[in-house]
Amino acid sequence: MIALAPPTQVPRWVTHVLVPVTNLLVAFVIAGIIIAAIGEDPFKAMKLLVLGAFGASDLIGFTLYYTTNFIFTGLAVAIAFHCGLFNIGGEGQAYVGGLGVGLVGLAFSGWPAPIVILIAIAASMAFGAAWAFIPGYLQAKRGSHVVITTIMFNFLAAAMITYLLVEVLIQPGQQAPQSREFDANAWLPFMHDVLRGIGINMGQSSLNLSFVIALIAAFLVWVFIWHTRWGYEIRTVGANQAAAVYAGISPSRNIILAMLISGGLAGMVGINEIIGVHHRLILDFPAGFGFVGIAVALMGRNHPLGIFFAALLFGMLYQGGSELSFDIPTITRDLVVVIQGLVILFSGAMEHVFRPHIIAAYIRIVGGRAVGAAAE
Amino acid sequence: MARLVTGLETDVATPIAEAPPALELRGIDKWFGPVHANNGVSFAVPRGSIHGIIGENGAGKSTLMSIVYGYYQADAGQILVNGTAVKITGPQNALSHGIGMVHQHFMLVEPFTVLENVILGAETGRILAPSLERARAELERLERDYSLEVNPDATIETLAVGLRQRVEILKALYRGADILILDEPTGVLTPQEVDQLFDILRALRDQGKTVILITHKLREIMALTDNVTVMRQGEVVANVKTAETSREKLAELMVGRSVLLRVEKTVATPGAEVLAVQDISVRDGQGVRRVKGVSFDVRAGEILGIAGVAGNGQSELLEALAGIRPIESGTIRFKGTEIDAAHMRNARQMRELGMGHVPEDRQRMGLVVSFQANESSILGHQDNPKYTGAILMRQSAIVADVAEKMERFDVRPSNPLLRTSAFSGGNQQKIVLVREMDQNPDLLLVGQPTRGVDIGAIEFIHKRLIAMRDQGKAILLVSVELDEILSLSDRIIVMFDGGIVGEVSQAEADERKLGLMMAGERLGAAA
Amino acid sequence: MEEFFTMIVLIADATLRVSTPLILAALAGLYAERSGVVDIALEGKLLGAAFAAATVAAVTHSAWLGLAAGITFAVALAMIHAYACVTHKGDQVVSGMAINILVAGLGPTLALAWFRQGGQTPRVEGGARFHPWSWPGAEAVADIPVIGPIYFEIISGHNMFVYIAVLCVPLTAWVIYKTRFGLRLRAVGESPEAVDTAGISVDWMRYQALIVTGILCGIGGTYLSIAQNAGFLRNMSAGQGFIALAALIFGKWRPWPTMFACFLFAFTDAVQTRLQGVDIPGIGIIPVQFIQALPFALTVILLAGFVGKAVAPRASGIPYIKER
Repeated sequence: MIALAPPTQVPRWVTHVLVPVTNLLVAFVIAGIIIAAIGEDPFKAMKLLVLGAFGASDLIGFTLYYTTNFIFTGLAVAIAFHCGLFNIGGEGQAYVGGLGVGLVGLAFSGWPAPIVILIAIAASMAFGAAWAFIPGYLQAKRGSHVVITTIMFNFLAAAMITYLLVEVLIQPGQQAPQSREFDANAWLPFMHDVLRGIGINMGQSSLNLSFVIALIAAFLVWVFIWHTRWGYEIRTVGANQAAAVYAGISPSRNIILAMLISGGLAGMVGINEIIGVHHRLILDFPAGFGFVGIAVALMGRNHPLGIFFAALLFGMLYQGGSELSFDIPTITRDLVVVIQGLVILFSGAMEHVFRPHIIAAYIRIVGGRAVGAAAE
Repeated sequence: MARLVTGLETDVATPIAEAPPALELRGIDKWFGPVHANNGVSFAVPRGSIHGIIGENGAGKSTLMSIVYGYYQADAGQILVNGTAVKITGPQNALSHGIGMVHQHFMLVEPFTVLENVILGAETGRILAPSLERARAELERLERDYSLEVNPDATIETLAVGLRQRVEILKALYRGADILILDEPTGVLTPQEVDQLFDILRALRDQGKTVILITHKLREIMALTDNVTVMRQGEVVANVKTAETSREKLAELMVGRSVLLRVEKTVATPGAEVLAVQDISVRDGQGVRRVKGVSFDVRAGEILGIAGVAGNGQSELLEALAGIRPIESGTIRFKGTEIDAAHMRNARQMRELGMGHVPEDRQRMGLVVSFQANESSILGHQDNPKYTGAILMRQSAIVADVAEKMERFDVRPSNPLLRTSAFSGGNQQKIVLVREMDQNPDLLLVGQPTRGVDIGAIEFIHKRLIAMRDQGKAILLVSVELDEILSLSDRIIVMFDGGIVGEVSQAEADERKLGLMMAGERLGAAA
Repeated sequence: MEEFFTMIVLIADATLRVSTPLILAALAGLYAERSGVVDIALEGKLLGAAFAAATVAAVTHSAWLGLAAGITFAVALAMIHAYACVTHKGDQVVSGMAINILVAGLGPTLALAWFRQGGQTPRVEGGARFHPWSWPGAEAVADIPVIGPIYFEIISGHNMFVYIAVLCVPLTAWVIYKTRFGLRLRAVGESPEAVDTAGISVDWMRYQALIVTGILCGIGGTYLSIAQNAGFLRNMSAGQGFIALAALIFGKWRPWPTMFACFLFAFTDAVQTRLQGVDIPGIGIIPVQFIQALPFALTVILLAGFVGKAVAPRASGIPYIKER
């Protein structure tokens, strides 16, 4: 019956803050129940988790290091979503983006650091974009559903890079399928080193300059989506393809463009991981970051600011989760994966479950103002 | 859901008969939020009659029939079938009371055969074979009784529209419907198909079935029905015998005042040729050729109307001219620019050449309903330097510009930051119109400018179109509303089955003549 | 020649074993998608059922209780999907994704808490596991040329589930095409509004379809953990749910072609195991990863429309919301 209610306007904070926060709380309550079910104290776990994520400067560093990845993959999902596409290939695109970074790191030995790093950044975007291009092209020109093709491309990326690492790029004389370490000029500076340079002391962590790049990317995505005509065109295609054609906006061109940008953003995970932390190409470094991007984008309502906070939350969960397992051995990173699943479930798939009730409750308590114009 | 039995008497004298009416409604009330969709609706439909329900879009006809068919529950009121009060909880339940419905949009499973569609939901058991056999025999009987011929093994996707409608009727009859409700059944039919449908409906009536026809077309009411109920703004404004009324009276009742059949306007003074269409053909999305070698021209300072029953190629023609749909052959010359299959222009390029386009379906094409009104107001003009710089869009300029336009076209509420979907149909249409007119195009393509628009806005829109013509602009108007074509056009061409049947000037046009031409007869051809 | 024949027989035998979970999951997906619900959570349901079956089997030492648990858990996951997507019209892909991720974390978390073996269940043996069936006379005829090995290796000596999977194909074909349930199922995936106006509940049809999906995934997951293997391992479904999805698309949502697609994908896997490191004259060594990627590459090529055309049920992926 609520579906038939008149279109009423409730303040944006209800739909944009109260509803997502409620969905999130439900996910955490269920996670708490699971923790209780395996015999641990959820409140203690939560406290340890927050302390593990923010309790010291190096811990904050690790939290922000994870956040960096999630900003990239969250933005990737969001930009495709604005074009009406569900890109669940972030995982594969990140992997291939990292391959691009790795190849640059291996090939440009001895070049000046800023140049190698800039080329590596460009390569991360180009390789990630290339991997998203084929699903995008097939969706735009042949109508092949991008959800299915990006799933397939995740597997294809894994197979391809495993092959390359096992057979081609493996460090000679080594057993482990990973490349040699890059020369130091291809390393992106760690944040603790940068901050020490300006007199700030921060504990050693994986956090590197990629975090700044991620923030810049988030800002640029915001400008692009809402303040340029290319963003306008992408949003038009996403909202109403017939209207796009009517306006002379090519859906196929914008679908491909959105997928290219999406893949490029996902590929930038490679900057953080490959030249930021590992300094060599390794197997399986995306470790599910691409999939977390879905949860991040859903929670952040596909807005860069929301994505930043959602990414921070998942950064906290990842970092806090690993610290937590030192104190409570039965709680591992797997529990964070559970929470991630619950967040996607409640913020995404079940977003309609609580929303009408919250809005109805708000109207009952405060009294909504109806938009009279819709009455016909 | 409270059901109040009001015991309200019908205010119309039902024909005195032995049997109670097949269907009687007493004081039906239905609210959708603040909208009073049905307000104390009462009338009776005698057994073995064809009963028309007429009213404008939004008059509450469809809501009422959805209540009778059990999609919605009335907030108050009573439904009586054969004199017995019944509570209809859903379609299945409606069918068990002998009420069947033929929907405006066919409810058929396209890859299924006729037979499978007929038995869906009315199977006799868990295994299909016996159901299919029984249905085949039953279809043969119905075919004999009502001359409802259709191949039971054909899949729906291979059938023409008229035949699909027949399958819908068969579905209802197979389920034992005694009362058949048809919701706007002729909108997509060719005139021949309409005639066949009417023959079928008369045969059904003569065999004792009761038919309820929902329509907004006066012509159909007059041609087919025994009685007619007129609805306006959710209320019944009249229940009359068709034989005792006239088109004019019904039209007046429908809109609530005497209809302005002709908008005040002067005789056109056509200038130079703006658009010349030479022998163009266009295929639709399914690859069916919908426009077949059409030629005409439009001059500055005139309104050329294209009349025709919906689905005779007008939509595809309009979209091809606007650059939305590719042309297959022929040429379009617009202000000296030649366009053919090898030299296509997209919608953006057509706009740059000086063409405006008000599409037939504003919600599907003309607006993005999830966007803010100011974003919808630049659709198609997003490249205009007024709205965008090299990189960034000029947001404040857009909002100011749209606010000014809303003021000028009296769009309510005049808030550019509201979502487009929050505006009513008439106001949405004004947003589209002002956007397309304000670019000062030399040619304006207009499709169904007043579909789903309230009376006040219709008059406003018509006046604006004529004012634009008087400024020396060319206008190509496509409308399925004959009244609209007659009152606005300076010249009228009639399309039928993808071709042009003929052309008449406004002076020599009348409904009878156009009606015949719309049925494919070449009487009106200037010869 | 003899050696070649033996290899063929062994590959056929392996193909059957590998294809079993694929067929079960792909048919599970067929019911869901034919009813108009996209299910990318076949993977999660396989994995969840594998975990539940192994856990209950390990605790109760009963393989049958394990099977019941596997089915129950997979149906429960399917019902979450139904509640989110059918009742509340949520996004089907998002819901499927959520279930996959949820299960990937939940299995190891609970296994670690309950068994303290690093996120696995203990090894299940004896009555806690389903064992292959040996057909009458299989041993006796094994040495007869040609027919013997075929009977011994391919027909006999499989797990019950292998036979169930293969039998489910004609059964599904019959249900889909010859019964009232099948007619309504196909109709609801093509044109839910037609089903609705015929007085059939669209939501209930989709719930029923997803229950069947859950049951079949439950059987498939149980096979993974307590028939094919002897316990639950982290991520033991290893993408098979997605390969099943690929097979379903490859089979164009029809039972028999879907089964053959499963056979094809299983066959490439069996060949890959055989050919690992074998130098094929004229071709050389085929990298393992190439063969692993084959099902996915083939599916993309099919979806691109270069080989035939895969057209999904028209209403799949679209929540059914009644129009006014």
